[in-house]
Amino acid sequence: MGRRALGIALWVAVVAVILVAYAFAPRLVSDFHSRDLAEAGIFFIAIVGLNLLTGYTGQISLGHGALMAVGGYTTAALMVHEHWRDVWTIPLAGLTAGVVGFLIGLPALRLSGLYLAMATFAFAVAMPSLLRKFSGLTGGGQGLRMLEDAPLQITGLSGTVTIFGHSMTQNHFLYYLAWGIGLVGFLIAWLIVRSRVGRTFRAVRDSEVAATSAGINLAWTKTFAFAISGVYAGVAGGLLATQNQIVNPLTFTFLLSIVLLVGTVVGGLGSLPGMVVGAFFVEYLPDVSTHVSTAPGVPDFVYGAAIIVVMILLPTGVGGLLKRVARPLTTRLYLRP
Amino acid sequence: MLLAFDWTQLAQQIVIGLASGGVWATLAVALVVIYRSTGVINFAQGEMAMFSTFIAWSLVHHGFSYWGAFFLTLAISFAGGVAIERAVIRPVERAPVLTVVIVTLGLFFVVNGAARWIWSPETRSLPNAFSTRPIDVAGVAFSISDLGTIAVSLGAVALLWVFFRFTKLGLASRAAAVNPEATRLVGVRVSWMLALGWGLAAAMGAVSGMLTAPALASFDQNLMQPILLYAFAGAVLGGIDSPLGAVIGSLLLGVLVNLLGTYVDWVGSELRLPVALAVILGVLLIRPAGLFGRPVEQRV
Repeated sequence: MGRRALGIALWVAVVAVILVAYAFAPRLVSDFHSRDLAEAGIFFIAIVGLNLLTGYTGQISLGHGALMAVGGYTTAALMVHEHWRDVWTIPLAGLTAGVVGFLIGLPALRLSGLYLAMATFAFAVAMPSLLRKFSGLTGGGQGLRMLEDAPLQITGLSGTVTIFGHSMTQNHFLYYLAWGIGLVGFLIAWLIVRSRVGRTFRAVRDSEVAATSAGINLAWTKTFAFAISGVYAGVAGGLLATQNQIVNPLTFTFLLSIVLLVGTVVGGLGSLPGMVVGAFFVEYLPDVSTHVSTAPGVPDFVYGAAIIVVMILLPTGVGGLLKRVARPLTTRLYLRP
Repeated sequence: MLLAFDWTQLAQQIVIGLASGGVWATLAVALVVIYRSTGVINFAQGEMAMFSTFIAWSLVHHGFSYWGAFFLTLAISFAGGVAIERAVIRPVERAPVLTVVIVTLGLFFVVNGAARWIWSPETRSLPNAFSTRPIDVAGVAFSISDLGTIAVSLGAVALLWVFFRFTKLGLASRAAAVNPEATRLVGVRVSWMLALGWGLAAAMGAVSGMLTAPALASFDQNLMQPILLYAFAGAVLGGIDSPLGAVIGSLLLGVLVNLLGTYVDWVGSELRLPVALAVILGVLLIRPAGLFGRPVEQRV
């Protein structure tokens, strides 16, 4: 067997392992814990999107929590005001947040680095106040409660969900939904990164001046990166609303934006597989640190210390580690004999 | 309508705005000092200032006067800032910028957690730093506390400026920020200059914390979080690499926020920060490197 065939076989094996893990993971944990797994999937979607923007295009965003809010509120408002079924709102949640992402991307045409971070940060900080202000649509500080106001639109409220003849609990359904969308999102991101668009992203990240000189349309590239990243955030927000069955301004604080950024950097900027680890990191770290001790302050202390230790040990994130480990292997496989 | 306008109130509101702007300015300058030495925004700056404030509270609690505790806390904070740089920033000195940013975010949680661990999470208060009596200037009553706050914060900033401008150590640390390699060649220990920057920033933050706390009826471990937001906004408005810009940006922001909250009804207290941020965004779109910042030019 040639090395090329071996390389293909390895790929097939990796894809098979991923699919098997996707299909059987909920069987290994309790129904309750598959809810956490679903939430990790939601984080995964959001940070894959953030990585396209920050890791590949080099634009820092401190406002992705607010983009998730746009998606979450789109889902909630469609369910409560328009009586849409929850799962069908998710594409629209992505689309709305994509449009908003495009709009936040506009200042990026003039601002760079920290000044851009400031613009996105302003958006994140303003979001809770705006949500309270426009209470007709958003329910103000109370938020929107789907469980009370739109129970018929919630999938699986009666206990089980049946798809293609398989019936499963609601939490398992949420898990399959979140990670199913996550895998599709991952595939799309992978295709983008490997395409011409992905190359223009990286060119803009590495040097805006050089990219412009090479004929890349800076304005289009940046706003497109913001828009596509917004779609991911919006889908994640819509899923989070679907899972929580309630949205209010406290669901989408500035802290959420921070958590997403932590997940992306821990996962590794410019690495898509690393995002899986990043998502699990931000999902489970709070639980783990509460297990250490529940004395006031201690969970936060452990949480922060864990972030610092990971960053000191893996300055380029898990993605950097993966690349270092995988390089000898892939070089061998793709080298001509 | 114009006749009915209360100029006294306007003058008072401007001074109140300058007082809060002055407190933000000390923290904003701390952010600039760290930005110039390490190249990142220190998200833990506000929490470090809060920690210093709690140290001051403990000292006052053990019988120190406010000003005695004030200066002792400055010294402790300086040492603490240097220690933090040595312990967690130095290991990631050569890592990508965002990695360092995430480390400061981790530091945010560590410092906040430690403060709630050491001092239980209940509210407490500090004695007033200044007399609460009003003072009469040209027929308008101002609070001594506001004027004192402006004086102390601007005095602290001025001292820092004197240090950087007129001492050999200040020159060395500015050189280390601008061109580390060349500075190392002339025999300056660049890495320690960064630690010095962190120490000074921690001390400046302590000033802002110790000026914020007494003005509040009670405070807890979250006291500096809004201050950090305003300081960040003020520093960016002025230009993140310019200390003078940070001071002027913060003072402008302080006056702007206070006047908006007072005179524009629909802004109220809820929308103060968002509206102020929107104004800053407008300014940045016209001047992308802030009011006093240097536009970044890079070699390709």
